[in-house]
Amino acid sequence: METYMDHAAARPVDLRVLEAMKPHFSESYGNPASFYSKGFEALKALNEARRQVASLIGAQDSEIVFTSGATESNNLAVIGAAQRYRKRGTRVVISEIEHISVINISKELTRQGYEVKNAPVDSEGIVDLEQLRELVNDDTVLVSIMAANGEIGTVQPIEQAAKIAHDHGALFHTDATAAVGQIPLDVSMGFDFMTLSSNDIYGPKGVGAVYVKKGLRLKPHMIGGGQEGGLRSGSENIPGIVGMGKAAELIGDEMGEEAKRLAVLRDKLIEGVLKAIPESYLNGHPTERLPNNANIRFSYIEGEAILLSLSDLGISVSSGSACVAKTLEPSHVLRALGLKHEEAHGSLVFTLGKSNREENVEYVIQSLPGVVKRLRAMSPLTPKELM
Amino acid sequence: MYSEKVLDHFKNPRNVGEIEDADGVGTVGNPVCGDMMSIYIKVKDDRIDDVKFKTFGCGAAIATTSMTTELAKGKTLDEAMKITRQDVADELGGLPPVKMHCSNLAADALHEAVKDYRKKKGEA
Repeated sequence: METYMDHAAARPVDLRVLEAMKPHFSESYGNPASFYSKGFEALKALNEARRQVASLIGAQDSEIVFTSGATESNNLAVIGAAQRYRKRGTRVVISEIEHISVINISKELTRQGYEVKNAPVDSEGIVDLEQLRELVNDDTVLVSIMAANGEIGTVQPIEQAAKIAHDHGALFHTDATAAVGQIPLDVSMGFDFMTLSSNDIYGPKGVGAVYVKKGLRLKPHMIGGGQEGGLRSGSENIPGIVGMGKAAELIGDEMGEEAKRLAVLRDKLIEGVLKAIPESYLNGHPTERLPNNANIRFSYIEGEAILLSLSDLGISVSSGSACVAKTLEPSHVLRALGLKHEEAHGSLVFTLGKSNREENVEYVIQSLPGVVKRLRAMSPLTPKELM
Repeated sequence: MYSEKVLDHFKNPRNVGEIEDADGVGTVGNPVCGDMMSIYIKVKDDRIDDVKFKTFGCGAAIATTSMTTELAKGKTLDEAMKITRQDVADELGGLPPVKMHCSNLAADALHEAVKDYRKKKGEA
């Protein structure tokens, strides 16, 4: 049974979103900077999309800057804020389990002379606020903590994290890529900057946005004609932006019910798998987790081999194993939980979405034990009693 | 991605298992890196009479060990010592470049098994 459970990697574009985008390729193709009807049409579409995205997070229209996706948004927000406000301080504090884009951005900031500190997480993947408080000092320019982690699903205490930043006069950025559209987020929770992704809310790929609180600035990296308030030059990707706007509107209307539905499926999946397979364990927090995320590890076997076996059965999932990573290192997120390499290698990440039904969850629960058993029978690490 | 042959050896691995009274055992890799393989051999008249393996690791790790056992079966010990990682990869129709180093260790495990046999025999 075709079962796609890797929505953190990619999501299908909602067909209503696709319909909204279509006219903007070959009919309403104008440039919003132009002074004739096609330009006005494009400007109107751009404004409407900006309003839709702003509305999803309780922002003002003028606080939304469109980008090419979450990675660009993280670059613009984190590097842009650190550079623009360098006079306020040179310390930047992030969590250990930020998305790889923020992790690598922080390394770039270190090269630029900033002092980067990584706030640890506990064994369930929640940022340790006491440690964060100790790391944020008066020389801190920016704190960046993700709203939720897409791999282990943990929802972070970002309101408290924002308060800790502000207590020291630091700015606060949250990468909400994995969280937006799944849990309610509002800029009044204390965000100065926020990263949003289009594909993660069933919009097209190649589009994202940054929320920039009114009155704050960022040092832009894309220099050109001054589009997007001068923060992101380049003629706007109107079809993509329209798609993201429509996706934001739909997810805002529908996320409450969908989150409830997915949380039920998630719990059924976790419970079913843990029950069916000995020596399988949940990674992340049992309750403070995204409604669509289940991350489970299996002892004595390796994730890529599980993925290949499941792929043959029509099941698409992901793993934190080194063997599926470009770096050949197991997931930094699982390592931050204190898991050993060999434990991290055997992890599977299920991220549910719109196409998933109860029968998909049942199919996974039925299929997985055989796959695990076969690989364990081949593994020299498996204890005899499990064979 | 993997070649058809790699996928075939991953899905239908040849010679999986252990040999309880093996004449030689070779184990390479470790679970920390994500790949570990053990090869067990039975030797008769200086030839590899039977061979089995167990592997912890990715698809490539399992497929290369399977292929190595296939190549080794019936070979003389000297011939087995000449089987290289490259031979294994070639027989499988190639491996993704990133897997050539981390997962393609099975030939080493075979060599270790032969050395183990020779050592035991020498000591006996």
